[in-house]
Amino acid sequence: MKNIKFLVLGIFFAIVLSKSQAISWYRFYEMFRFESFHMFGIIGSAVVISAIIMQLFKSGKIKDVNGNKIVPKPKQKGVVRTLVGGTFFGLGWGISGACAAPIFVILGFKSLPALVLLIGALLGAFIYGILSKKLPH
Amino acid sequence: MDFILQPWAWYVGGPLIALSLFLYFYFGQNFGASTNFETLCTMAGAGKVSDYFKKDWKQRDFALLFVVGLIIGGFISANFLTPNQAIDVNVSTIQALSDLGFTNIANQYFPDEIFSTDALFSIKGFLILFISGVLVGFGTRYAGGCTSGHAITGLSSLQLPSLLAVIGFFIGGIIAVWFIIPLLF
Repeated sequence: MKNIKFLVLGIFFAIVLSKSQAISWYRFYEMFRFESFHMFGIIGSAVVISAIIMQLFKSGKIKDVNGNKIVPKPKQKGVVRTLVGGTFFGLGWGISGACAAPIFVILGFKSLPALVLLIGALLGAFIYGILSKKLPH
Repeated sequence: MDFILQPWAWYVGGPLIALSLFLYFYFGQNFGASTNFETLCTMAGAGKVSDYFKKDWKQRDFALLFVVGLIIGGFISANFLTPNQAIDVNVSTIQALSDLGFTNIANQYFPDEIFSTDALFSIKGFLILFISGVLVGFGTRYAGGCTSGHAITGLSSLQLPSLLAVIGFFIGGIIAVWFIIPLLF
């Protein structure tokens, strides 16, 4: 099965997040209090290295496994959706210490609490889907 | 093996996250995690309620496999790779949490005050996790991405919406940590 590589990549990514403590509630608590460099170092170095990788994609020096040019999908524009949506997301992230990918990883550490987070997140995505046409973007 | 079992420094974690992003794109897909919440809604039949979810989830089989990998990787990490979950936090962070009544601070990844079975089976504890989850799920879909999609992928590809979203993430996170957590505990 050709997509099995994504399963392996998921395992790898989960181990990286776990081992660098980027799933720990305390790491995000101290990040939002600006009392530690750890998460800023992780996210900052990931962004800087990724920016170099993106330039290599953009210039066509690196193509994907099928030989196609790699073009990251343009993010949907909208000041309200990004700022307000981002603030909602940040509230949930700040309280629970869990953003999207870590919720799945935390299932391995704290199964029941993570399951409650996941069901909540699915309900949240569902509410957005229902309201999406009525919300300002 | 000793290196694997020790906590990894930021300069190990950050570059390996970039490597994950690189491989995700190299394998021909756009890196991100939160679209999976929508895909799981679609699989659960949300398309019957709203057209928004009428999508072919089979086209996202790669992402679902990535999610299965995240869960497996979490179990492997929890059971075999993190014998020591102590977090080296700042004295002022410990003091702030101690003032709120937190105990056993930073001896493990997740505080008992939010993640213990006792907390989960109290009404307040359950609501804290559940509502946080709703905020994460709603906010990430409204904003069009999460930490992976906006903060890493979007910022590194110099997209303005992602900068705005990350500013929003921090507005929300700062309100949560400075104002809501002290109200809750």
